Amino acid sequence: MKRAAPLILALLSAGCSGIQSADGRDGIEGALIGNLFDVFLWTTVAVYLCVLGYLAFAVWRGRGHRRAQAGLQGEPQPESERKWRIGLIVFSGATALILAGLTIATWLTDRALAKAELASPIEIEIIGNQWWWEVRYQDPVASRIVRTANELHLPVGRNARITLKSNDVIHSLWVPNLAGKQDLIPGRISDLVLHPQRTGVFRAQCAEFCGLQHAKMALDVTVESEAEFGRWKAAQLAPPPIPTGSEALAGYNLFLNRQCSSCHNVAGTPASGQVAPDLSHVASRRTIAAGTLPTAHAALGAWVADPQAIKPGNNMPKVPLTPAELRAVTAYLETLK
Amino acid sequence: MSSRSRLSILPLTLVLVGCDREARDYRSLALQSHEPANAFGGNAYHLAQGQRLYGWMNCAGCHAHGGGGMGPPLRDDEWRYGGNMEQMVATILDGRPNGMPAFRDRITEDQAWQLATYVRSLSARTRQDMLAGRADEPANVEPPVLDERKPVRRVTPKQDDATEE
Repeated sequence: MKRAAPLILALLSAGCSGIQSADGRDGIEGALIGNLFDVFLWTTVAVYLCVLGYLAFAVWRGRGHRRAQAGLQGEPQPESERKWRIGLIVFSGATALILAGLTIATWLTDRALAKAELASPIEIEIIGNQWWWEVRYQDPVASRIVRTANELHLPVGRNARITLKSNDVIHSLWVPNLAGKQDLIPGRISDLVLHPQRTGVFRAQCAEFCGLQHAKMALDVTVESEAEFGRWKAAQLAPPPIPTGSEALAGYNLFLNRQCSSCHNVAGTPASGQVAPDLSHVASRRTIAAGTLPTAHAALGAWVADPQAIKPGNNMPKVPLTPAELRAVTAYLETLK
Repeated sequence: MSSRSRLSILPLTLVLVGCDREARDYRSLALQSHEPANAFGGNAYHLAQGQRLYGWMNCAGCHAHGGGGMGPPLRDDEWRYGGNMEQMVATILDGRPNGMPAFRDRITEDQAWQLATYVRSLSARTRQDMLAGRADEPANVEPPVLDERKPVRRVTPKQDDATEE
C-alpha cells in the first residue's frame, strides 16, 4: 500500500495537467461562464449553510422547549407570533432577492457573450464525421484554404469564428479549456466563437454520443503566438515533397495506385480523395485517428495494418498489403511532415 | 426468492437473448463464409456501408440514384452482365465494356460486396429490419425477375395512336 500511494498520487495529479479541464478559463467565453458558475456555486453554498444552520438550531432548541415557553395548552403568545412573522418576511424577501440577483448575473453574462468582439476573426469551418474532424481555414483565395484533420491551431488573443457542419450524425464540439459546447447538426450550420487567452495544447472532445467510436473522437487544439501560427499555416499550405528514399518512394507509388488514394487527399499528388482525413501533413500532427494514437512509426504502421483492431467500426477498411508494402506505406506517411 | 421462481427466470433469459440484433461485422467475416452473397446480402451493416460507398465512390455520377443516366439504371430488371451478387461484384471489381471502370485496388473486396448488397437492394424488397431508419434509396417493391432477360418495348408515337383508337 505504501508503495502504491505515490503511484495513485501521480495518477490523480495527472488529471490536473490541464490539457482538458472543464474549468475553461483559458478562453474569454469559458472564463465568462466560469465566473457565472462561481457566483452560482458560492451563493447556493451560502443558502445551503443557512438552511443547515437553521435545521441544527431547530433540533437543538427542541419541541419541548417551545411548548414549555408557550404554555402546556399550546396557546401561542403574541410576542413569539410577531417574531415568526418577521422571520417569514425576511426569508421570502431574501429568496426573491437572491433569485433576482442570479437572474441578473445570468443576463449580464449572456450579454457579455453576445458582445464578444468580432474584429477580423479567423474564419474556420469544422465538419464532423464518424469519427473524426475535418478542419478548414477559409480564405477568399481558394488556393490559400488550409485543409487539415483532427487538429486546430489558433493564434493567442485573437477571435476565431468557427462554422460547424456535420456529414452524418449529430456531433458536438467541446474545447473545455476555451468555451462551452456547440452541436454540429447535419443539414444545419451552427457557429462558435473561440477567443483563447493562453498558449498551450488542449484536447477537445466530441460531446454528443455519435456512435461506436464516440469516445475516440478527439481534436488536438494548439494555441500559439501569432508568428508561430503564421509559420504553421505557411507549412500547411506548401505541398509535401515527393519522397526521395527508395522505400518511401515505393510507399508513395503504393499510396497512389492502391486503395489509399480513393479516399485520402495528399496535396500536390494525384491522390485526391475527399471522404477521409486529408493526409498532406499527417506526420506533423500530434495524434492520428482523432486522438486515438500518438503519431509515431509503430502507431502509423499498426493503423495501416489493421484499422479495425484499433478503432473497430471506423470506415477505413483493412487494405491487403504484404509486410514489405506495409513498411513502404508507413515510411511514406512519415515523410508527410 | 423461491427455487421455482428462480427457475422461471432461466427460460425468460434464454428468450431475451434471442432479441439481440445482428452483430456488426466490421471485420467483414462474411467474406470467409461459404456463401458470401447470403452473408453480405442479409446484413444491415453491410447494406448501410454499401449505401455510404455508393455516394463516396460517385456511383451516382453515372447511374444516378438507381435510375440510370450515362450508365444503365440499377433499379429495374435489366442486367447486361448478370444481376446476382457474384456477377455484380465481378462487374464492380473488374469493370465492363462501354464505360464501367474497374474498382479493383480502388476499393477492397469486402467493400465491393457491400456495394453489391446495396445495389441489389435498389431493385429488391429489403427486409424491414435491415433498412436504415432514414434510408430513402432501397425500393420497397417486389423483386423483379432476375433470371430471364426481357426485350425492351419501344413505344413509338404511331403505336401510341393505335392503342388509343
